[in-house]
Amino acid sequence: MTLSLWQWILLACALAFVTKLLGYSLPERWMRSPRMAQIAACLTVALLASLTVMNTLASGTRISLDARLGALLVAALALWLRAPFLLVVILGAAAAALLRWLV
Amino acid sequence: MTPAVRMGLSISVATGLYGISFGALSVAAGLNLWQTMALSALMFTGGSQFAFIGVVAGGGSGMAAVSAASLLGVRNAIYGMQMSRLLGVKGLQRWLAAHWTIDESAATASGQEDLAEQRRGFWVAGAGVFLLWNLFTLLGALMGNALGDTRHFGLDGAAVAAFLGLLWPRLNAREPVALALACGLVTALAIPWVPAGVPILLAAALGAFWGWVRPSEAEQ
Repeated sequence: MTLSLWQWILLACALAFVTKLLGYSLPERWMRSPRMAQIAACLTVALLASLTVMNTLASGTRISLDARLGALLVAALALWLRAPFLLVVILGAAAAALLRWLV
Repeated sequence: MTPAVRMGLSISVATGLYGISFGALSVAAGLNLWQTMALSALMFTGGSQFAFIGVVAGGGSGMAAVSAASLLGVRNAIYGMQMSRLLGVKGLQRWLAAHWTIDESAATASGQEDLAEQRRGFWVAGAGVFLLWNLFTLLGALMGNALGDTRHFGLDGAAVAAFLGLLWPRLNAREPVALALACGLVTALAIPWVPAGVPILLAAALGAFWGWVRPSEAEQ
């Protein structure tokens, strides 16, 4: 297909929206069952764990061990010490920035 | 401010700021200002947006860019299923909720205990990220390369910390910890072998399977 860049962009945007809407369009009685609630809870843990690892390690389709590992460790330590969410995020950014500046 | 609102606002700022790097990278990839803004306003799912401009910057075809972006966006359908259970939205509101269904809004909602807080968390994070993400995309696109590499400011470290912070409250028993470790491992092992966007789908499949086979609370 030969589309202009604009057309590819709009196509990708439309697909992104349809994908999101698809999730809202499943029959409601599926969503109400206790088993679905249990699957939803497990999915949340699965997705967040995957996003955390992805954001720490992935660089495209390569694994790259860099300053983000430091951000992960500092964030984990802050969470373990019961720091509030925003402080955890700031410390994560500061750790990555500091490590890059040092190395 | 309730805890959900506070968390929603925090994550809006952390994620919104990341929009600067998207705006700057998109212009560097050869998209113009309006094309860059169209992606942030209409596609509005950060991972897919970065994938799209990444493929374009690498000289890939339009079809490859659309495929990479769409594959990364598949998880939003899963969030949509979860959010439609929580939000109970109809008509136009449902379309708006769908558009604002992203990692951050879904995670902020799922992180709350009661239903009212879950809904507040979704809308605050959804609206807040949408507003700031677009604002900072514009800023990044205008500043372009003058900014240099935004990783110097540790913004990618902020993303790591934010997702761990959202996951943390759920690791309150041995079972979720085991599930999180298994999914993290699957993701790490899959990254080098499959296209971007697929590792998280594999983790999602493992999570769904886990939820399906575990004995339910009701039966115990």
